[in-house]
Amino acid sequence: MKKISKSVVKKDHQTKIDGTAWYVGDYPQAGMLHGRIVRSPHPHARIIEIKPYALPEGYFIVDHRDVPGINEVHIVKDDTPVFAVETVEYIGDPVLMVVGPDENTVLRIAGEIEVVYEPLPATLDVRDSITTFFDYNFGKGDPDSAFANADKVYQEEFETGYQEQAYLETQGMIATFADGKLSIHGSMQCPYYVHGAIAKALGLTPDRVRVVQDITGGGFGGKEAYPSILACEVAVAAYHAGGKPVRVIFDRREDMEFTSKRHPSLSTYRVAVKDRRVTAMDIDVIFNAGGYTTLSAVVLQRGLIAAPGVYNVENLRVRGRAMKTNTVPNGAYRGFGGPQTFFAVEMMMNHIARDLGEEPLPFKQRHLVKQGDATSTGGIYHFPVPLPDMIAEVEQMSGYSQKRATYNTAKPERFQRGIGISIWFHGAGFTGSGERDHIKAVTRLHKTTSGYVEILASQSDIGQGIKTTLCKIVANELNLPLERVTYNNPDTDRVPDSGPTVASRSLMTVGELLRRAAIHLRSEWKEGEDQTVEERFVEPDFVIPFDIEKFQGDAYPTYAWAASAVEVEVDTLTGVNKVLGAWASFDVGTPIDYNIVVGQMEGGLMQGLGYASMEQMATDNNGRIRNNSFSDYLIPTSMDVPVLEVKMHVEEYPLGPYGAKGAGELPLVGMPGAYMAAMEQALNRKIQHIPFSAEDALLGATQE
Amino acid sequence: MDQGIEFQLNGERVSYTGSATTRLLDVLRDNFALTGVKCGCKEGECGACSVLLDGKLVNSCMVAMGRVAGASIVTIEGYSKTARFAALNAAYAAVSAVQCGFCTPGMILASEAILAKTPHPTEEEIRAGISGNLCRCTGYNAIVTAIQSAAKEGNGLW
Ligand code: FES
Ligand code: FES
Repeated sequence: MKKISKSVVKKDHQTKIDGTAWYVGDYPQAGMLHGRIVRSPHPHARIIEIKPYALPEGYFIVDHRDVPGINEVHIVKDDTPVFAVETVEYIGDPVLMVVGPDENTVLRIAGEIEVVYEPLPATLDVRDSITTFFDYNFGKGDPDSAFANADKVYQEEFETGYQEQAYLETQGMIATFADGKLSIHGSMQCPYYVHGAIAKALGLTPDRVRVVQDITGGGFGGKEAYPSILACEVAVAAYHAGGKPVRVIFDRREDMEFTSKRHPSLSTYRVAVKDRRVTAMDIDVIFNAGGYTTLSAVVLQRGLIAAPGVYNVENLRVRGRAMKTNTVPNGAYRGFGGPQTFFAVEMMMNHIARDLGEEPLPFKQRHLVKQGDATSTGGIYHFPVPLPDMIAEVEQMSGYSQKRATYNTAKPERFQRGIGISIWFHGAGFTGSGERDHIKAVTRLHKTTSGYVEILASQSDIGQGIKTTLCKIVANELNLPLERVTYNNPDTDRVPDSGPTVASRSLMTVGELLRRAAIHLRSEWKEGEDQTVEERFVEPDFVIPFDIEKFQGDAYPTYAWAASAVEVEVDTLTGVNKVLGAWASFDVGTPIDYNIVVGQMEGGLMQGLGYASMEQMATDNNGRIRNNSFSDYLIPTSMDVPVLEVKMHVEEYPLGPYGAKGAGELPLVGMPGAYMAAMEQALNRKIQHIPFSAEDALLGATQE
Repeated sequence: MDQGIEFQLNGERVSYTGSATTRLLDVLRDNFALTGVKCGCKEGECGACSVLLDGKLVNSCMVAMGRVAGASIVTIEGYSKTARFAALNAAYAAVSAVQCGFCTPGMILASEAILAKTPHPTEEEIRAGISGNLCRCTGYNAIVTAIQSAAKEGNGLW
C-alpha cells in the first residue's frame, strides 16, 4: 500500500458525529419565509387559470410570470421551465410556489389554491411514446455479415426499473435577494451548475449570484441537476421576498415522488455466435426520460458506450433513444446509465453460455477485452485490463467455482441456493470531450502568511470524503501536516469553477490539478508570504479525441474495473430470497485513502444489490410514483447483507494523482448482474428484468 | 396545563408549554435548537431522529410530547459529552464510518443502546441493534466494525 493510501481521520468527521454540523435544514429559522410548491396533479394538461386567492398579509405567490429572467432551468437542453407556463408535463410539474412566514399556513394555502386544468392525453408507458428526445447510433466492424454468417443468433429483451437515490437528507435550499444579489445555500453536488441556472432564470450577471454548498447528506447523482431546478424556484421566490430569506426543505414524500431517479430501461440484444464465440451484437436501448430532457442525453450516452460490456465484440451496432413520457423526469444516479446496460449484457452472456452448455464464467473469460483492444466507440483500452486477476481474487474470496458446481447438482428442495458472478467497468471521468470542451476546470491554492494552505475548488463533499482526499494530496506534495491544509465548503464568491461533483471525476481530475498546483506552489514557496497558484485542465496527449456526432474516439481516458460474486438462498415456497454473501474486487487505481475508498465500495455495492431486488418503485395508472416513503420503498438495512467483502486491486493510472482513477460509481454498476445470476441458478431459469421480487420468483416457479 | 410538560433533557430539567401532541423531534429541533437530531422521514422509518428516552432508543418523530412528561431524553448533543461517546467516536473515526453523516447521530445513539444492553455484542446483535437506522452511504460494514471495536477498546465503560 502506498503511503498516501494510509487512512486518516476524515476532515469532516468530528462535527458530523457530534451533531454540530449544520445541514441546510438546521439553520435557525427566525425571520425566514417558508415556501411550498404547488404541483400538477395531472400527467399532462393545459393550465387554464390559477384562481384568485385572498392571501393573508405577508404571504405571496410566485409563478412563471414572476421569473425575472428566462423561465428555463439551465441543465443541458433547457426545456425544463422554472414554473410551468401553458402545459404541465407530469404529475408534480411545479406550477407556483406559496411563500410566507408561518410554515403551516403556507402548507394550508398550498392545499387550498385552485388551479384549473384541461387534461390532455398522456403517454405513461415508454413503449407508447412517439416523442424521441435523443437518438444515437454508432457501431463498428461489419455486423450484417457477422449475423449472416452466424451459427446461431440470440435475441432477448431486458427491462430495468426506477431507482431512487434515497439520500438520507432530503433536498433543500435557502435563498436571499439583497442589494441586487441573489445568495443561496443548500444541499447540492454542483455549486456552479446552480450558479449558472440562477443567473439565467433571474437575468443576473454572474457576479450577482452567490452559491454556497451546505454540508450535504448524500447525493448519489440525485443532487446533480435537481438542485438547479429547486434553486431557481426558491431564488424566484426570494427575488420577490423583500430581502427576507426563503426556505424550502422537502419532506420525504415530496422528495421521493418528484425528484429525478434512475431511468427505467428496455434493451433488446441480438447476438451472433459463431464457433461458440460472440461475433456481433446489435443492441437497441430505450430509456424512459420522463417529462423533460434534464440529463437524459448524457446518461444515455454512458449507457450506450457500456452496452457490449467488458467483452471484445468486433462487430457492433448500437442504437439508443431517450423517449419522453408524462412521468417525473429521470436523471443522474450513481452509474449514470451503466447499470441498465451492464445488467442486460451480463444476463445475455449468461443465457448464451447456458444455451451452449458452458458455464457463464469461462464463457465470459474467453471474451474479455484486454489492453490495446478497441472500445465500443473505436477508442482504445490504453492501459492494462486487470480483470483476469480480479476474477481470480473473487473466485478465491467467494469459493465461486466449487459452490457453483455444488448448486448445479442440488436436489430439488424447498431452499435453493445459487451463486453468480458479474464483471464490469466504469469509464473514469466525464464522457467524451466534456472536460475539454465544457468544464475547463480551474483550481487554486492559496497560502496565507501563517503558512496555511486553502484549496479553492468547487467540489462538494457529499459523504464521499473529497474534502479529506484532496487535502491529503496537497499536504503530501507540500510536505505539510494535514491540519495545515484546509478545504471549506465551496462558495462561488471565493472559488473558481473546477467543475461539478459527478462522473467519479473529482478525485481523478481535480485531485490531479491540485497535485500539480501543490508542486507549483512548492517550487515558489516563500515563507511568510501570501501566495496563490492556479492550475487548469489539459487533456492528456494519448487520448483519441471523442467525436460525439459520430460516437467515435476515446469516450474515457481510462477505466475502473470490477468483478463480483453474490450468493443467495431462495425459499421456493414463498419466493423470498436472502443474500448469503457478496464478494468483490474493485480496481480504482491507487486508493487515496483506504478506508474512504472501501467505504465507497461497500456502500455502492449495497445500493446495487438494493436496485436488483427490494428497491421497487413504479407509477400507478395515472403516472404517479406510488412508492414515496421508506415504508413503500425499501432500501437495504444492516440485516440484508450479512457478509460483504471487498478487495482493492490496484492498477495505477499514470495520469491520476498517485495513480488514482474514478471510484464513486463503480461498485454499484454491475451488482444486479451478479445477484440475478445467482437467482437464476437457484431458480433454474432465465431472468430478464430488475427489480426482481419474491412474487417474480414464485411466478417463474409455477410456470416452469 | 400551563405548567407545561416537564422532562429531563440531556441532564437538565426543562419544560415545554406547547401541545402534548407535537412530535418530540420538532420540539427538540425547533424549541431547543438540538439540530443534531436529524429528520429523514418523520414517519418512523429511518432512525435519523433517534434519541434515548429513559435509556431506550426511540424515533423522536414518533413520540408525542405528552409521553415525554417526567422522562429523561438524551440527544447527541448531551451524549457527546460522555466518555462512552469518546470511545465510540474514536472507533467510528478509525474506520471512517461517517460518510454524509446524516444518519450518524442516530447511529451513535443506537450504538449506545446496543452496548448498554450487551457490553460485548456479537455481530448479529449489532446488526439487529442498528437495523432500525438506515444508512444509504456505508453499506453498514464500517459501522458494525466500529461498534465492535468500541466494545473492545471501551471495556468497562458499558
Ligand atoms: S425522521 Fe424519525 S424515523 Fe425518520
Ligand atoms: S453516512 Fe450517509 S446515511 Fe449514513
